[in-house]
Formats: sequence, C-alpha cells, structure tokens
Amino acid sequence: MAINAFYNEILTDHNLHPMHKYNLKDPNLILEGLNPSCGDDIVLQLKMDENGVIVDGSYNGDGCAVSMASADMMLDLVIGKHKDEAKRLADIFVRMIKKEASEEEIEELEEAGSLRDISHMPSRVKCAVLGWHTMEELVDKEPIQNAGEHSGEAVSTE
Amino acid sequence: MIDVNKVRADFPFFAATDLAYLDNSATSQNPKCVMDAEWQFYVDSNANPFRGIYELSERATSAYEHGRETVKDFIHAKSTKEIVFTRNASESLNLIAYSFAPMVLEEGDEILVSILEHHSNMLPWRMAAEKAGATVKYLEVDRTGEVSVEMVQKALTPKTKIFAITQVSNIMGRENDIKAFAKLCHDNGTYIVCDGAQSVPHMPVDVQDLDVDFLVFSGHKMLAPMGIGVLYGKEEHLEAMPPFLTGGEMISTVSYDGMTLAELPHKFEAGTVNASGSVALEAAIKYIQSIGFEDIQARETMLCKRMLDGIKNIPHVTVLGSDDPADHHGICTFKIDGVHPHDISAIFADNNVAVRAGHHCAQPLHICLGIPSTTRASVMFYNTEEEVDRFLDILSQIRGAMGYGD
Repeated sequence: MAINAFYNEILTDHNLHPMHKYNLKDPNLILEGLNPSCGDDIVLQLKMDENGVIVDGSYNGDGCAVSMASADMMLDLVIGKHKDEAKRLADIFVRMIKKEASEEEIEELEEAGSLRDISHMPSRVKCAVLGWHTMEELVDKEPIQNAGEHSGEAVSTE
Repeated sequence: MIDVNKVRADFPFFAATDLAYLDNSATSQNPKCVMDAEWQFYVDSNANPFRGIYELSERATSAYEHGRETVKDFIHAKSTKEIVFTRNASESLNLIAYSFAPMVLEEGDEILVSILEHHSNMLPWRMAAEKAGATVKYLEVDRTGEVSVEMVQKALTPKTKIFAITQVSNIMGRENDIKAFAKLCHDNGTYIVCDGAQSVPHMPVDVQDLDVDFLVFSGHKMLAPMGIGVLYGKEEHLEAMPPFLTGGEMISTVSYDGMTLAELPHKFEAGTVNASGSVALEAAIKYIQSIGFEDIQARETMLCKRMLDGIKNIPHVTVLGSDDPADHHGICTFKIDGVHPHDISAIFADNNVAVRAGHHCAQPLHICLGIPSTTRASVMFYNTEEEVDRFLDILSQIRGAMGYGD
C-alpha cells in the first residue's frame, strides 16, 4: 500500500541536495539555533555588508528534514536582501505556520510557501521555524570580522 | 497460546482506534478490569487510608495494603515491609539515591552505572556522587548492547560502592544477567540497584533469586495507570535508611521538636497515598498472571521475530541489540541511513502507526554508540501480526518518501 507522506518533492530536494549547507568562508555573523524537542541544531552563518544587506549565507548542522530544508529555503529567499526585508519575510513565514498569512504574502515566500501544511502538525512547527528564528535574531547583531567557526551563543525555539 | 482477538477485547483502547500502537515501552494500554478496579475503589472504598476510625477508611487501608501484598508475591519479596509505593520507577531511583547512597558513599568512592541506563537511573547517581565527593563511572557497550559478566568484573573496583543497571535496556531490549552481576557485586562489597521498568512487565522477576539490593518499576508500563510505582529494597537497607519525604503518615508520633518514624514501609510513604493506584496495579498483575508470562513471552518473541525478519529484507535499516528475537523483549530500535528519526516517526504517525523517535531518555548511550538518535517500535502481547506488517510496509517505503531512489 502506498503510504501517506507530507514530505513533498520541494522539501525532500532541499533536504537531500541543499544549496546552502556548508561553512561560509568569511561570515561576519554566526549564531547557533537549537530545537530541543527534536534535537535539531543548526549554525547559521551570514555575511552582511555595511548597508545591512545579506550578501551571502550558509548553515550547517544536524536535524530532521523539515528543519534542514526550511533553513535552506530561507537562505534561498533572503540572500541579496536587506535585513529588514529578511525579517519581514520571516514574519510572514511564522504567520503562515499560524495560518494567519494571506495568499499574496505566502506567494512572496516562494518555495518556503510549500511548508504551509506544517501548521497541521504542531510537533513539527518548531523544526520549520528554527532557521527563520535564528536568522531574525542574528541579523540584528553587530557584524564582526572573522566571526570564526562558532560564536558560542545559541538561540532556542523553546 | 494467546487468542489475541480475545485479549484485545479486554482493552477499551482498541475499540476506539485503529492506530497501530507500537510505543509500549513508553507506556502500555490498560485493560478494562484495571480501569474498573480503580473506579470501584472510588465507588465503595474511598476514604483516607490509615486515618479514619470508621469502616470506610479501614476498607481503603485494606484495599491499598492488599495491592502491596500482591506486588510482594509477584516479585517474590520476603515481606511487604520491602515494598514501597512511589509514583514511578524514576521516583524510586531518586529515593535510593537520596536516602541510601549518602549512607554508603565516602569521598573518592565510585558508582558504576551502565551506559544503557535511562536518564532516571543515571542523573540521581550523579547528584549523589557530587554530594559525597564520589565519582560516576560508566560501563560502556557496543551496538549489540551486551553487558557480559567479564565486563562487569573488569569495571568493579575496590572503590565501587553501588552498581546501577537495568535488567532490560529500553533501547536494546536485551536482558542483563542480573543474578550473576549481583553475586559479583556482593563479593566486591558493592550494592546493586536494578531498574526493572522494562523487565517486570515482560518476564517473571524474583528479587530473592536475583539477590538485588533494590529493584524499581512503574505501573504504567505494565497495564496499570500512571502514578503508581514500586521500590523494592532489602529490609535491612530500608530499615537503616532515613526517610526521603517527611510529613503525614510516615511518622508514629511527633512532639514539639522530635518525631518517631513509622514502621516500614510507611516510613517512605509520606502524605496521602495512591490507594486506587495500588488497587489498579493489583488488578494489572492479576490480569498478567491470568495470561501467564510463558504465553506473554512466546507472543512477544514471535512479534519481535516477525519484525526483525521483515527488517532484514529492507535495505538501509539497521537494528540495535541482539540478533536473537527472544532477547528483545518487545523492543526493536533501529536507524535508517540518511533519514532523521523525527522524520521517520512523523511518516509513521501520518500512516497511523505510533513509534518513538529521539534518544529515548538515554542520550549518553547514543553518544557512546555515535548515533545522534534512533527510532523505536515496541510491542506488547496485545499487538497483532497485522500491525507488525503495517509497520514493515511503511518502513520499506520511508527512504522513497524522503526522496531516495532505492
């Protein structure tokens, strides 16, 4: 019997063939995000210019497909955008999960809009928002040269 | 032999759902006779036990103590003085770590803990060690989960005062030779604390034969409700131990500045007790005995064998523990290459099968094995072959659903 699987092709493709899962050469913003309920752990790395534009970004870590794919889609969307615009999109994403975003707004999320069905699975919501919450926290920090491998700080979805 | 349809008719849970419930190591379902016993206690015996000088209160006391008698016989303790009711196995272990450990530990001593342990048989020992200036040493295992007599012998030192080990691992399902370990421990001047949470529901356990100093288990993993657990301790230990909690019912007299402790086991049961829990646990034990461990074990082994044989035909799936289905005690913990356990359990959930994902409260074991987390399916005698087949059918399709080609 064919099984039900809410994991659509967009999600599995981002999980198996991520575009942004590697260590950035010269990030100036780094933050670890944790989801204790699933044990998801990502380290988000961004490079922001003096005007607040995210010129590059990557992530690394371990976690379920939802958390990994969602972080990959998030970076697809926010690289090249100003941090305020990135935060506005994160807000739409979080509202989409809460079923509070309009169709027009969801369209702005491009592929990340495919995660809208996560709202039916309360236990997976934290996985889906992990990368987005980490990004929202990170872009307001002061960029530092040679942010290094790891800043030691971490945010949690708990 | 168990007639599974007949057995399932005893459980209201199965009439209300078509979920394949394969998370029995986390908690089990309750038969109607257990629910009825608990209900009946509140219908005709509900008063505060040990307190009232009226017939109803005496009835409550006698119902509560009857449960203790049944537990005593079930695990072959010498006396009901050795049976303390707690909320669960975790509370029982904490009681030992708080009350017993400080009596026997000195600075520089060691507590040996197997890496297979549930956090609740690990963290209380770390606290006890810290307070006493002692250290916790881990007895490590490989993916087979085997703890041999030689391994224990090698790990025990003249400083080892306590050895904490599970009888059946909640990840591996493999049985440890507790009787042999107890002998080694006692020859070494070491006390042995045994976690029976995963063994007592599935096999006959005789504390005198095992000769353990302490054994703990939870009612909710053996067809009883949540909130009733058992601490067995040798009378000499319990007698020497100070109380864990103080308050009502654990004293015989209290003056302005003194108190006389109540007799065992009441010394360790402060506050109003869980009388209906004792009654329900007694009903669960009687139900298990009416089926018999021989049949229970035969059926659980058959279901495990079906599961393990099926998994052998599914590529990229690896099972932890023994190769022998009889040494899994209903537990099948596995990993699928390239798929995170939370995705695995979510796909099972989406297809109406309940399995458990994560580290199963045994994170250090996962660190030891170098596996971040695992998925566990656990059966009880009331599970069906059809449920196992459904599980296998879904399992075989998971990598495909996650975008893998093969």
